[in-house]
Amino acid sequence: MNNKVKLEQVNIHFGRTHAVRDISMTFPENSVTAIIGPSGCGKSTLLRSMNRMHDLVASARVTGKILVDDGDIYEKGVDPVAIRRRVGMVFQKPNPFPAMSIYDNVIAGYKLNGRLPREEADELVESCLKRVALWDEVKDRLKSNAMMLSGGQQQRLCIARTIAVKPEVILMDEPASALDPISTLKIEELIEELKERYTIIIVTHNMQQAARVSDYTAFLYMGDLVECGETKKIFTTPEEKRTEDYITGRFG
Amino acid sequence: MQSVTYRKIKNHLMSGLMLACTLAVLIPLGLIFFHILKMGVSSLSLDFFTHVPAPTGEPGGGMANGMLGSAIMIGGASLIGLPIGILGAIYLSEFGGSRVSTVIRFAADVLSGTPSIITGMVAYTLLVVPMKGFSGLAGSVALAMIMIPIVLRTTEEQLKMVPGSLREASLALGVPFWRTSLKVTLRSALSGVLTGVLLAVARIAGETAPLLFTALGNQFWSKNVLQPMAALPLQIFSFAIAPYEDWHRLAWAGALVLVTVMFALSLTARYFGRTRRAG
Repeated sequence: MNNKVKLEQVNIHFGRTHAVRDISMTFPENSVTAIIGPSGCGKSTLLRSMNRMHDLVASARVTGKILVDDGDIYEKGVDPVAIRRRVGMVFQKPNPFPAMSIYDNVIAGYKLNGRLPREEADELVESCLKRVALWDEVKDRLKSNAMMLSGGQQQRLCIARTIAVKPEVILMDEPASALDPISTLKIEELIEELKERYTIIIVTHNMQQAARVSDYTAFLYMGDLVECGETKKIFTTPEEKRTEDYITGRFG
Repeated sequence: MQSVTYRKIKNHLMSGLMLACTLAVLIPLGLIFFHILKMGVSSLSLDFFTHVPAPTGEPGGGMANGMLGSAIMIGGASLIGLPIGILGAIYLSEFGGSRVSTVIRFAADVLSGTPSIITGMVAYTLLVVPMKGFSGLAGSVALAMIMIPIVLRTTEEQLKMVPGSLREASLALGVPFWRTSLKVTLRSALSGVLTGVLLAVARIAGETAPLLFTALGNQFWSKNVLQPMAALPLQIFSFAIAPYEDWHRLAWAGALVLVTVMFALSLTARYFGRTRRAG
């Protein structure tokens, strides 16, 4: 299988803090890779480096190479805006745009960047909402405010908004941690379906979730990559003692 | 241990004291408003809103030219001050490095603390002297200088209240930072920004001192911004110190109109502030 994203000796510093230490790993195309680890281990930091979200933090420094389709996204002259169109992101807390309708939220990536012809927009809204299994729930109130939706619906709306701009990779930062079990289940089913078209990298606190949705798992601890490999193997016969301890709940 | 009765008495005493203090804040406002209302209402007439001041000794006349002049100069000040204040605030909140921002913030605070008569003198030196004449334009510039720090700081506060998650949501969709600042951050803070703008307008609407050296005032219709221009607060000032009884009455009417306009602006500002949604 093709490796969509490749990390080569990635280090991330915030001022003096060394948050991510020398991580090299790959993320295969059309699969789900979970990044797990205890709080503060650098998993979100690592995730956010993959669409250059750290550019906004003045003290953040990313070194090493992050390759998407063999192109280093940190190379000089690479436009972070163009990278973020290819590498989308879903956040921990659902964050639909509060001033926009459900409809406008789905096409926000286009509206904020200019215009989108009406017919195209209609089509896009319907297809994206169908893909996140939200269409039937909201088709009669597309023009109502997005904040009227439940948390789980909002998160699916955010995923619809992300896939509407046709990314290649989708980063998910604990996408279900603020949701109830039923909404979580729906998001997990959705991830399963989305991997047919996209490469998905998901950070999660929840080990059962990692075991359920991912094909590959990486275990981070204190900024180090302890172990990564096929999820089945990580959860049954890990090579490292620390991985086993974490997975069996002995720390973390 | 103190007895319950003693504590209850103390409690009532202190609550009463605090209530009295609160009322003490309201009393001056009430006195001003009711006195102006009493003195002004009888002098208000249609003429007041449609006529220029009558020549000395003649009855009647109004302050229509002052109201027009005030409106023109406030409009001019807004044209100059709002873009600078709002764009400056976006810079401070979204782009500025910490050191530059600290300096700008400090400067804005000093500027807003500067006595307005000094602002008038600055505008006099900058515009009236080189242009060899008093003008509405100079008045607008002086008012803008008062407006800018207010708009800058309130807008900055409002922008900072916009949750970072919204900026991130927009950026993650591949929207450039500057578009995010305008279409997401500023858009979300809009009602709060509007509140600040209205309060700034209310503030400059009543300013008299900076206009003394700049717009000067005018007894006639004055629509040319390069000529001396009438303004409501200036007319109130000059009519109030004149030795004629009917001029005093006009000054009271002018004061009533001014206070009412400012009251309405503050109320509108509060309305926008209260119906604020996060977006």
